[in-house]
Amino acid sequence: MKTRRITIMAMCVALAMILSYVESMIPSPGIPGVKLGLANIVVVFALYKLGWKEAVGISLLRVFLVSLLFGHAASLMYSASGAVLSLAGMILLKKSDKLSCVAVSVLGGVLHNAGQILMAVVLMGHNVVYYLPVLILSGTVAGIGIGLVAAILVRRIPTE
Amino acid sequence: MKGKPAAGHLRADLLVIGGLLLLSLVLYLAFHLGREEGGWAVVRIDGLEVERHALSVDGSYSLNGGTNLLVIENGRAYLSYADCPDQICVKHAPVRYTHEVITCLPNRLTVTVEGGESNGVDFTVGGIG
Repeated sequence: MKTRRITIMAMCVALAMILSYVESMIPSPGIPGVKLGLANIVVVFALYKLGWKEAVGISLLRVFLVSLLFGHAASLMYSASGAVLSLAGMILLKKSDKLSCVAVSVLGGVLHNAGQILMAVVLMGHNVVYYLPVLILSGTVAGIGIGLVAAILVRRIPTE
Repeated sequence: MKGKPAAGHLRADLLVIGGLLLLSLVLYLAFHLGREEGGWAVVRIDGLEVERHALSVDGSYSLNGGTNLLVIENGRAYLSYADCPDQICVKHAPVRYTHEVITCLPNRLTVTVEGGESNGVDFTVGGIG
């Protein structure tokens, strides 16, 4: 059973990395942080199907590896602060059991952007907070799409 | 079966999504109602101002030892070149209103429009006359 679990987690990390790579090929509209967050499909799936510790492991490993492979010097700090805030929020919200995984994913997306803004304020000064409205909007819209896909996967894919 | 599709959660879900959309709208309005045409394009690296250029004077300026190229044209500022792979800052629309900002994360550089009259003179050097 343990080997099976490790294998599933490794596959999740690999899948999240591929999704990050695919996403890096989609043109950006010129605002840092506006993106789909495809890798969050895997994280939400793991959170619901494998457990929160597994989701944390998969997400942080993916952030580290993707920054190493495709990122620039600063991207690890931005991605990590976004991922930590997003994970913390999603774990608490899922525990509360008041929302479906679509809303959990939406808040995860928005918190990811909020974490990145926070890091940007620390690194580059307060003028970047003016990105907040557009990032909340893009995080919400992207989060709905990601959440709907994750909901289907959670329902359809058996893990045990 | 518990955790079955959203029916029971739908209301709360819509509330969250609606709330976030409202929040972004309110913040957008709060940031934009007070905006006005700016006087300066202020360049910061690591949050520290390194140079500023008047929006009233057309010109192009090499920034940060050549990693980015700032262009000012018709009172608007944009980055026409960046040496990084993602080119996010180059795609950003030109900025002209106060608080608008273009960010280049890889080079830790921001260009922010700030207010204040610019009389067309970049720097006043003392000792003339």
